[in-house]
Amino acid sequence: MTTATTSTSKVAADSVGGSLRFYGIWLIGIFVLIVLPMIFSSGGSLTSFSLIGIAIVFALSYNILLGQTGLLSFGHAVHYGLGGFAACHMMNAVVSHGWPIPLPFIPLFGGLGGLVFAMIIGWVMTKRAGTVFAMISLGIGELVASSSLILRSVFGGESGITTDRTALPKLLGWSFGPQLQVYYLIAFWLVLSAIAMYALTRTPLGRICNAVRDNPERVQFIGYDPHVVRYIAFCFAGFFAGIAGGLAAINFEIANSAYLGAIQSGLVLFSTFIGGTAYFFGPILGAILVTYLQLGLTNLTTAWQLYFGIIFIGIVMYAPGGIAGLLMMHRPLIRAGTLWTVIPSYLLAIVPTVALACGVILTIETVARFSGGDPINLFGIAFNPTSPVTWIAAAVLVVGGGFVARLTWQRIAEAWDRAATVARDRGYLA
Amino acid sequence: MLELIVISTLNGVLFGMLLFLLSSGLTVIFSMMGVLNFAHASFYMLGAFFGFQLTKWIGFWPALVLAPLLVGAIGMAVERYGLRNTHKHGHVAELLLTFGLAFAIEEIVSMIWGKSPLDYRVPALLDFPAFTIFSTNYPAYKIFMLAVSVIIFVALLIVLKRTRVGLVVQAALTHPHMVGHLGHNVGRVFMAVFGVGSALAALAGVIAGPALVTQSDMAASLGPILFVVIVFGGLGSLPGAFIASLVIGLVQTFAVALDGSLASAFGPLDPSAGPSVLTDVWNVTIAQVAPIVPYLLLVIILIVRPMGLMGTRES
Repeated sequence: MTTATTSTSKVAADSVGGSLRFYGIWLIGIFVLIVLPMIFSSGGSLTSFSLIGIAIVFALSYNILLGQTGLLSFGHAVHYGLGGFAACHMMNAVVSHGWPIPLPFIPLFGGLGGLVFAMIIGWVMTKRAGTVFAMISLGIGELVASSSLILRSVFGGESGITTDRTALPKLLGWSFGPQLQVYYLIAFWLVLSAIAMYALTRTPLGRICNAVRDNPERVQFIGYDPHVVRYIAFCFAGFFAGIAGGLAAINFEIANSAYLGAIQSGLVLFSTFIGGTAYFFGPILGAILVTYLQLGLTNLTTAWQLYFGIIFIGIVMYAPGGIAGLLMMHRPLIRAGTLWTVIPSYLLAIVPTVALACGVILTIETVARFSGGDPINLFGIAFNPTSPVTWIAAAVLVVGGGFVARLTWQRIAEAWDRAATVARDRGYLA
Repeated sequence: MLELIVISTLNGVLFGMLLFLLSSGLTVIFSMMGVLNFAHASFYMLGAFFGFQLTKWIGFWPALVLAPLLVGAIGMAVERYGLRNTHKHGHVAELLLTFGLAFAIEEIVSMIWGKSPLDYRVPALLDFPAFTIFSTNYPAYKIFMLAVSVIIFVALLIVLKRTRVGLVVQAALTHPHMVGHLGHNVGRVFMAVFGVGSALAALAGVIAGPALVTQSDMAASLGPILFVVIVFGGLGSLPGAFIASLVIGLVQTFAVALDGSLASAFGPLDPSAGPSVLTDVWNVTIAQVAPIVPYLLLVIILIVRPMGLMGTRES
């Protein structure tokens, strides 16, 4: 009897602790969003934060498809772009008709734009999952992107549609002219959308989406139509992508056909997959990383997209769980207290892995700058792309670093296996 | 009008046969390994760029043989070291791997050869008009392209239907385990098929390079059409891919050649109504719509017949 009561009280305490930790994470996230612009208040960092916020909403909406429902879409930017256009048209309409709608409500109309298109096209698209869905989404993406150049009156042709966010009615005295106010607007919608999308994963609908992803046949046996479930998930994804597009339209005060294009669709796929699709926070990490790299690398190198491709291929081949998957792999080891046995081999692997990465970077930059002859600046050391010294250095780093790195990676794998075995014995790993 | 029909039919069949050179490899690879190779159009692009570079160094004819062989070797390496290791993570991971590869190949190509179109000329031996119809000179090079595509098509058919190797490949399409139990190395068959498919795509690139534009975005612009072809024809169906290639080749060529619009057929709209979606649709010419025609066909076929023209499987 006493054991029973202690165990229930322990469970209750656990759940209280769990919910405290759960809400704590969200509150910390909100706190960070509020404080961030006070620490980094320069115009450049505010712009970066705004872009990252938009990218997070977009990537989270994509994960409703890829992570939750198992639908691989190559045309998700369609909803993002249409949301952007809807928001732009709405803003212009508000100004010209004098409607009393302040700017913070505009992303909602962006979301509706994405939702309406998803509702129209989704029923045909979600008939089938897997490869066929991927191909159809690619085709629809191309269709909409090409059509946007033909329907000039709606999409404004190549130049797009411009708008003025400050012309809308003010809310609480905020004109949304300064980037800081736009940042807080984006942060507000980021928190709102993230909570809504997290809540969606906890609903019965979210659960049945996971079931459709894992075993559509069994879902049919228990009386659900996978097609309907996919369709609803597709509509939700379209809605939140539209919100992201609306935020982008507010941020840039323009919507053009580049919003809808294949590059945007590819970027959101990269962010989501690199971050990791199995955990809710995966796409957040991915969006932060990819946007940050995109902003940082474009100034440094012309071949920045190639680095994305290589990182992406590496993640697909060696860590399909993404960054979030890699991080969460360590959780049972931390709990079992065996992580410290792995850390030395990690430290040992850092040096050759960094050498290999430097070799790859040097090789790529040598090829990229061979005709131009711009010097390569790697950690303060200047390399001349046309001199054989650089080529030899690159070759030595790639071959030598690669060889030693492989040995150290094997060492990590062995240490990992030992630590995991201990963790399994202690009952922390299934 | 007759001139336009004859010339467009010739060009359309030519474009269709080129599409089939690509879609045949893609379809066979898909039905064998269940992988839709996103990088297939990139192999076509690599073929064109290797063809250009090798033509500059050693001439067109050796390039016609060497470039496909090189790309075939790259394709085999991709299968052996990339796809085979990714297979355990499922088809989505494999598709994403080829997607990343397509992205990386485009970047590498534009890094080495630049983003502007290359000056890839028709070889001097074939640079003359083959015949003249309705005062239009039809270039001999296009006849050569057509001949190469038809020869490859016939050869592929004979190898698949009439030889022992073709028998093993066909069996491995549906019953890979049984073929393995009979003592054939299924892994090697997969690798060879992937290599041959990539080499065919590269061959299409070498011969199409001088006639079409050789540029670093050629894979990105052709790739989606290729996927339309194989979804339209029915995933995994070789005859379907053939019919779909010709249909899309012809439809797109005719659309580009026609200059009519609703405005020219029924007269202009009342200008006082101002610009709207209606005026956009009314004034757009068929030639301007040509790029979206394949995707419209895709949507229509998905509504009417979701498994594609000749497809049998639902997914």
